[in-house]
Amino acid sequence: MAQVSIRVNGRVRKGDVEPRLLLAHFLREHLNLTGTHVGCDTSQCGACTVLIDGRSAKSCTIFAVQADGCDVTTIEGLARDGQLHPLQEGFWEEHGLQCGYCTPGMIMSAVDLLNDNPTPSERDIREGIAGNFCRCTGYQHIVNAIQYAANKAARK
Amino acid sequence: MIPTAFEYVRATSLDDALAKLAASKGEGKFIAGGHSIVPLMKLRLSQPKVLIDIARIPGLSGIREKDGRIEIGAATVHHDVATSALLRKQCPVLCDTAAAIGDPQVRNRGTLGGSLAHGDPSADYPASMLALDAGIHMNGPKGWRVVKASEFFQGLFTVDLAHDEIITGVQFTPVRAAAYAKLHQRASHYAIVGVAAALDASDGRIRSARIGLTGAGPCAIRLRKVEEALAGKTASTDSITAAARHAAADVQTVNSDLHASEEYRRAMVPVFTRRALEAALTRLQRG
Amino acid sequence: MVTPVLPKLVGQRVKRREDPRLIQGRGTYVDDIKIAGMQHLAFKRSDVAHGRIRAIDTRAAEAMEGVEAVFTGAQIAELLAPMPIGTSFPSPPHRALAVDVVRYGGEPVAVVVARDRYVARDAADAIAIDYEILPAVVDPELAMTGKPAILHPEFENNVALPPLPNGTGVSRDGKTVDDSAIDKAFAEAEVVISQRMVNHRVVPNTMEPRGVVAHYEPGKESMTIWSSTQAPHILKTMIAAMTGLGQHQVRAIAPEVGGGFGAKINIYGEDYVAAAISKRLGIPVKWVEDRSEAFVATTHGRDLIAYVDLAAKRDGRVLGLKMRLIADVGAYNMLLTAAIPTLTMMMASATYDIPAIRATLTEVFTNKTPTDAYRGAGRPEATYFVERAMDMLARELKMDPADVRRKNFIRPDKFPFTTQTGAVYDSGNYEAALDRALEAANWKQLKGARDAARAEGRLVGLGLSMYVEVCGFGPSSGMATGGWEHAQVTVERDGRITAVTGVSPHGQGNETTFAQMLADQFGVPLEHITIHHGDTAVVKQGIGTFGSRSQAVGGTALHLAGARVKAKMARFAAELLEAHEEDLVFESGTIFVRGAPAAAKTFAEVAAYAYVPVPLPEGLEPGLSEEAFFEPSNMTYPFGCHIAMLEIDRETGEPRLLKFVAVDDAGNLINPLIVEGQIHGGLAQGIGQALIEETVYDQSGQLLTGSFLDYALPRATDFPRFELHNTVTPTPLNPFGAKGIGEAGTLGSTPAVVCAAVDALSELGVKHIDMMLRPEKLWRIIGTPPAPAHGGRA
Repeated sequence: MAQVSIRVNGRVRKGDVEPRLLLAHFLREHLNLTGTHVGCDTSQCGACTVLIDGRSAKSCTIFAVQADGCDVTTIEGLARDGQLHPLQEGFWEEHGLQCGYCTPGMIMSAVDLLNDNPTPSERDIREGIAGNFCRCTGYQHIVNAIQYAANKAARK
Repeated sequence: MIPTAFEYVRATSLDDALAKLAASKGEGKFIAGGHSIVPLMKLRLSQPKVLIDIARIPGLSGIREKDGRIEIGAATVHHDVATSALLRKQCPVLCDTAAAIGDPQVRNRGTLGGSLAHGDPSADYPASMLALDAGIHMNGPKGWRVVKASEFFQGLFTVDLAHDEIITGVQFTPVRAAAYAKLHQRASHYAIVGVAAALDASDGRIRSARIGLTGAGPCAIRLRKVEEALAGKTASTDSITAAARHAAADVQTVNSDLHASEEYRRAMVPVFTRRALEAALTRLQRG
Repeated sequence: MVTPVLPKLVGQRVKRREDPRLIQGRGTYVDDIKIAGMQHLAFKRSDVAHGRIRAIDTRAAEAMEGVEAVFTGAQIAELLAPMPIGTSFPSPPHRALAVDVVRYGGEPVAVVVARDRYVARDAADAIAIDYEILPAVVDPELAMTGKPAILHPEFENNVALPPLPNGTGVSRDGKTVDDSAIDKAFAEAEVVISQRMVNHRVVPNTMEPRGVVAHYEPGKESMTIWSSTQAPHILKTMIAAMTGLGQHQVRAIAPEVGGGFGAKINIYGEDYVAAAISKRLGIPVKWVEDRSEAFVATTHGRDLIAYVDLAAKRDGRVLGLKMRLIADVGAYNMLLTAAIPTLTMMMASATYDIPAIRATLTEVFTNKTPTDAYRGAGRPEATYFVERAMDMLARELKMDPADVRRKNFIRPDKFPFTTQTGAVYDSGNYEAALDRALEAANWKQLKGARDAARAEGRLVGLGLSMYVEVCGFGPSSGMATGGWEHAQVTVERDGRITAVTGVSPHGQGNETTFAQMLADQFGVPLEHITIHHGDTAVVKQGIGTFGSRSQAVGGTALHLAGARVKAKMARFAAELLEAHEEDLVFESGTIFVRGAPAAAKTFAEVAAYAYVPVPLPEGLEPGLSEEAFFEPSNMTYPFGCHIAMLEIDRETGEPRLLKFVAVDDAGNLINPLIVEGQIHGGLAQGIGQALIEETVYDQSGQLLTGSFLDYALPRATDFPRFELHNTVTPTPLNPFGAKGIGEAGTLGSTPAVVCAAVDALSELGVKHIDMMLRPEKLWRIIGTPPAPAHGGRA
């Protein structure tokens, strides 16, 4: 077993874990942060995407021990003081989700995308979420949702 | 899927990493970003007994310019290469290459050293390393070693890296007139064929060219026949087109899978050679 | 004071009420459920396609710390009978775990019960199985000759369903067949198009894999089962039957479900095994599928070969259609496996008034994962075959593909229209949809752009496809489960409304659309309404969500239940207002006598009165809760026209979709925003099949596309922005005139894309290309075009 101490959504969380425990399972099983989903086993689908030190990462391809000492943000940590994050708002306004399973990972990827590029073109958005699969929406409303958040930030 | 159990240790320095590797008695593997090894471990195709985390060794990541050469640390993630202002200005082919790898999340975690050590036949970086004539720097019990990219890639998942050595980084002279062109495998986004081309030209004449090919065979290779055909020629679309026709001549063993047969892959080599050369030529002409 | 009138919500782009929980990671999917003492299951699966089990060694697994139990197929067979199917077609025995022979790679053979999923996986991997390898049956047409092996001894030549005829001259029972009309059509034909086509196998790939939690409580003698399912009531019925419990002892719950697309209608072996083990051990157990498992263990879709012959006059008029279908159903019949391809036969007439049709269907067992419903389920295949044939006819006659279709449409005045294969189309105006699409796409200009691109040497093509879809599955005569739907509407004591529905949404947004309907029906705010679904302890009866039936059948049941409550509430209100109930208006949270809103009673006042009814109006019972079962008289038939523009890279063969225009007519729409989302999703799957998704087995029956590394799931970068338009032709079959839209996007999109690819390569003499449009395949065609005399190319 190994000791880990990971700052998750602003709070330091410690745990004794098997080294082989995936970060996704640490979040889900140990911390009950079940908003992070697992959708594949080959690091493709992106449902498990979280931010590690501010950058999007597939938490199914990282052992919890590797994230020791890191700052992790999950979908549960995005809304602040009861206020939805502009991307959450965008996904709601633009019908950017159906079954909702890919949604947390999709939103976390979009956070990284907009951090890098606050005024993305449609092409930029589509490339920015190329590491996230959605089987329900055909992506169009997701693109709209991310544009909504970008536009909202631009208006401010 | 779930990996088999292993012991995990974090290395604090290069020496520490090598010591821990030696202590694992051949059962250890380095992990940095983990984006080559973790997927294999999850499918239980790789079952190391010890994982030695080298991601936080000071100085192992970063992109630096030194005496007209550029040095990239082994633990540098693809995203940092893709978005490096220094590289964008001096050696954009590496930005192209890194940006063509996987997807954003993979690029945020995957590292240059990990990709090189893994020796995947359809990885992107090897083509650019060849085109840049990069030196792969490594350290081990016998000390430091530099291997030229053209000698580093030896075969299918086989590179010139001893089991007790660690890649520390790469070094190369930047080439502005260089570009990467890739045929994506549509599921994995790996390269079916990837070609990096670098031109050294002056006064509208190509002095020399270096071309690296990945994806087509068991490991990345230089396309010497094309390089020879270009040497001394006018830097023009015509000479590029003519030279690219030689591209398949250097390719001996060609991979074949459900995404691309041997025949198709072989046919794509000249196509992407020409496309890479065209893009390099455009950069040459734009200065 | 004037109370503001609440706007009508039906027809509005209301944002979804499901979303706040889902965008914050607060949805509860099966894998999010934890119960104290819960153990985890892991399955040992066959790694051979066809083999006889010689020996299973579970000792190493059993010895592992943290392993509770290991069960082999033989041990599970003592707990579970062979699995039932949902059709009356003949079916071989199918055990939840294989007992002696494995018939597809990934078939479960043994199961481990362990402390956590890591230990369970370790233990499953430690089970050693010795197989005698049998020849793998991979090619369905070879399989029909009994080669290279027989899967099920009781099915001669691997034929699951001997040629079943349908169409002109076939008696209702299929026993007598008169070919004179179809023969005459072909005898009179001036042109005949003949083509073998393949509608290949695809993997549904819901983003949430399957999962189940089974919790048998011995003290209560009752079972609660959570499953990622589209049909919790079917699950409850089947689990009860298979575990020997009464239906009153089983509660099935579909929690948040991460996509279904037909693949989660089934009750799978893993569901039964989880239930049986929980009951046997008296502990809760969980199983969640890995993606690698999902590729082999969850049903696949499509996989039909068609030999199509189309007889026509030179003016483009179609005289007759023959369609000989061969369905590769994989190794076993699952719930609806055998029935799905019959829908392809049923829809052979497409949008056309074809005077003579002969369809025949043969179903064949092979050593592959079983097929079953996948979004569209049988109808996309029919659309593909007919539309490709119509396109070939247009090319043969040098007609515009729109014109040849226009010439053969069923005219609007002919509805309801009974096709030669027995489908009764409720309503339609196909020409309007075609015209709308041609106008929206600017067809003439698009053709000009294509021709200009070709003049530059580019390979650009246009494809057009009509479609007609079958939605609103029911009535009960055609469904073993019953074809009705159930709903209950309760006005609570405070005037808020709780409604339950027997449909089980998993992305369709019925918590929103159904609330929109009730809000209008009762004149109350949307926020005052809650829709419950998916829990059989809350929803007394139901069938589920599939066959695009939620709105047409489930929505109608809800409306009927609402009408009953409203009628009763009006009686209470009439008592309070001293008026006749027929004079009452329900509006903006109040009830008043028409013309006298000032004297209104609030909705809550009337509700409170109904629960403490002093005095109790004569002939009334207290309370405001009513239910309804709606049995539809028939299915609904939405339709549309899709247009695709595509370019093929001459050097690499890579196809790229440049433009996609969709016109869909689903009748009246409850929520256009949600409808658009449904269409987008359908388009992505339909285009995905044409462009990048394909399931490939090798000759030994190994699945070569067993992960996302080799099976391309469409990404955002694979599509252009879809351009959506609609026409509105309501159905007369339900009060909303709404037809259904869940699957329609998959119908027209696939042929539109393939037609565009054929068009792009038409200068090379190409007449047909089988999907999917793998770059290498296109590159080969470009490199070696077909000889002119040969015609079509398979």
